[in-house]
Amino acid sequence: MKKWMEHVKSSLWAQASLYTLFVLATSLSVYLMDKSAIAFLLLLASLLLLYYTSFPVKLKWAAAGLLLVIVIPFATSGGPSHESYMEVATQCGIYIAMALGLNIVVGFAGLLDLGFVAFFAIGAYTYAIFATPQANNFISGHLFPVSGSTFWLFIFIGGFIAALFGILLGLPVLRVKGDYLAIVTLGFGEIIRIIFNNLEKPVNITNGAMGLSSIKPPDLFGMDFIFPHQIYFIVLAILLLVLFGVRRLEHSRLGRSWKAIRDNEIAAQAMGVPLTLTKLSAFAVGASFSGMMGVVFAAKQTYVDPTSFTLLESITILAMVILGGMGSVPGVILGASLVTLLNIQVLTDVTQWLNELTAQGVINVPSALSPAKMQRFIFGAILVLIAVFRPYGLIASRNRKEDVEKLKERRSSAAISVNSTNGPSGGVTP
Amino acid sequence: MTVLKVTRLTKRFGGLVCLSKVDFAFERGKISAVIGPNGAGKTTVFNVITGIYKPDEGEIDLDGKSIVNLKPDQITRRGIARTFQNIRLFGSMTVLENVLVGMHLHLKAGLFGTLLSLPRIRREEEKAKEEAYRLLVYVGLEALLNEQADSLPYGAQRRLELARALATKPRVLLLDEPAAGMNPRETAELIRLIKRIQQDLDMTVILIEHDMKLVMDLSEHIIVLDHGMKIAEGSPADIRSNPKVIEAYLGKSAVGQEVVS
Ligand SMILES: Nc1ncnc2c1ncn2[C@@H]1O[C@H](COP(=O)(O)OP(=O)(O)O)[C@@H](O)[C@H]1O
Ligand SMILES: [Mg+2]
Repeated sequence: MKKWMEHVKSSLWAQASLYTLFVLATSLSVYLMDKSAIAFLLLLASLLLLYYTSFPVKLKWAAAGLLLVIVIPFATSGGPSHESYMEVATQCGIYIAMALGLNIVVGFAGLLDLGFVAFFAIGAYTYAIFATPQANNFISGHLFPVSGSTFWLFIFIGGFIAALFGILLGLPVLRVKGDYLAIVTLGFGEIIRIIFNNLEKPVNITNGAMGLSSIKPPDLFGMDFIFPHQIYFIVLAILLLVLFGVRRLEHSRLGRSWKAIRDNEIAAQAMGVPLTLTKLSAFAVGASFSGMMGVVFAAKQTYVDPTSFTLLESITILAMVILGGMGSVPGVILGASLVTLLNIQVLTDVTQWLNELTAQGVINVPSALSPAKMQRFIFGAILVLIAVFRPYGLIASRNRKEDVEKLKERRSSAAISVNSTNGPSGGVTP
Repeated sequence: MTVLKVTRLTKRFGGLVCLSKVDFAFERGKISAVIGPNGAGKTTVFNVITGIYKPDEGEIDLDGKSIVNLKPDQITRRGIARTFQNIRLFGSMTVLENVLVGMHLHLKAGLFGTLLSLPRIRREEEKAKEEAYRLLVYVGLEALLNEQADSLPYGAQRRLELARALATKPRVLLLDEPAAGMNPRETAELIRLIKRIQQDLDMTVILIEHDMKLVMDLSEHIIVLDHGMKIAEGSPADIRSNPKVIEAYLGKSAVGQEVVS
């Protein structure tokens, strides 16, 4: 058995065939079975498995793309739960993008933000106000609602407005640090929610606690995106953009200055990193991810009201980042997926299952103890366990290793020209 | 020629006068030392020069231009780099990344260029890595480039701070107790390294140090602080035999003996 495991580890072909087998088995079960929640979760887990295989990076991306674009949408299309599975996957995508945004603020730049959902709300309301007749209340000319084909533009407008608010929040707030920053951002999140809740007088902008309904769905060349299996692809596309953005930023000049500020503010400044500008950029970039997904959220629900943007949401997103691993991109993706799945798939399924068993008289679980009601408790317990056993999260962040040989080689090829002009120092120029 | 000039510099913390009307001038391309007993105000001099603290009174001129009201990053841009007495590395980043942060001012990549991964930005990044590697070779840390900074031994951490400061391409280098925690062999290497930096780069070096061998070996000019006041200034030979210095270091009874043999 052990020898066999060794063999699998060393042979790419063995891994590839086992992996394909796993994906085939799970996707077939999702496709054929009526009650296939477990198979569905296993199918999603194949993405995590992919992370741990030793395939070349390009192959991993290709396989992930294939799974997300073709296998998962197709496999779930077999049964009655198609839309509900796609809804779950869509929500996962939305939360992953938000968690990646918060990870820039908290994980990379080390700024604790407890009001992050505010940017999601700003994105959502940006689209909601203009994609309903609401905007006619304060802009004359009966131009609204805008048509669903402007949705695509609004993704970027929403991201931009959220980024703008990130900067507006940052300017006064970044004077305080640590715990104080956490409290002030918490206040900001609540203020934004309360403003949306009350901005119906003197001019009705947000329609207050009633919320905005009949938001125009996205429209591409006359085709409306109404069902989760359609929205799914929008979320997937944005998520891909976000992911590429994060990966590029992480190891760039900007990403390094975020981490430098997190590790040591004074030293970062002494290296020429401007403190306020760098922190503001983290706030703005993080907020923009949230804002973009806010627009999608509004279009997906066709309805928004302030209750979707409570403090609990901010804390849930923060929990995703902490659970997955602060500063770790794969970790945060895993954390966001797990928490979302737990919230909207696992706990509801288990509750339903227990209810059925109770109805059949097999066991008797009082409704007060049903898992859906104990969501927060289960959540808290998981976080405590993580804090104790995996303090750096499920997938701890790792530094990128440079190829020593490559640097050495290039140095020796460069050294000749540098040496001849610069004397014995080998190119350290003042 | 004077590069850095400090006039009547005063810094108070609450009621405590930490620096009181001190004047210094540092010459281009020379190595100077600031010495004095613990709590004399040496580190505070560096903190005020580099903009971490604002002085209560006084002027600081770099090449004849005042730098008093600039932020620390702007002062670094003007050409002053430093290391810290209590090491301040970017602990969770790699050795190479620490040096790359030091090159921040000399890289141009902005948010959108990075997001679009423009060829210009990618080339800049590759060149930056090459240069960072050369700096690591220069201080003898190239074998550790992928290590996490806070996992390095003490002496290596100090050398990394030095490489990171050099990466900002300074004209004036401030070293706060660079040999603290080093063994004699490491200190000897450090002395050679600082000399090389001065010669190769025509660097103005100002160092704070308790290791008198290092101070006497390296510096051409020494300033002595005690209780926030400058009590002496001169060549190593002058300082060695100055009774005020001996008193500050060893107490009144020791006057007449030499502070360093
Ligand atoms: N941020 C600060 N707040 C209050 N007192 C300080 C601060 N920094 C330094 N001091 C005080 O100033 C005096 C000089 O400190 P320092 O410059 O660190 O001395 P040195 O480097 O010569 O040992 C000490 O008495 C120290 O306690
Ligand atoms: Mg000191």
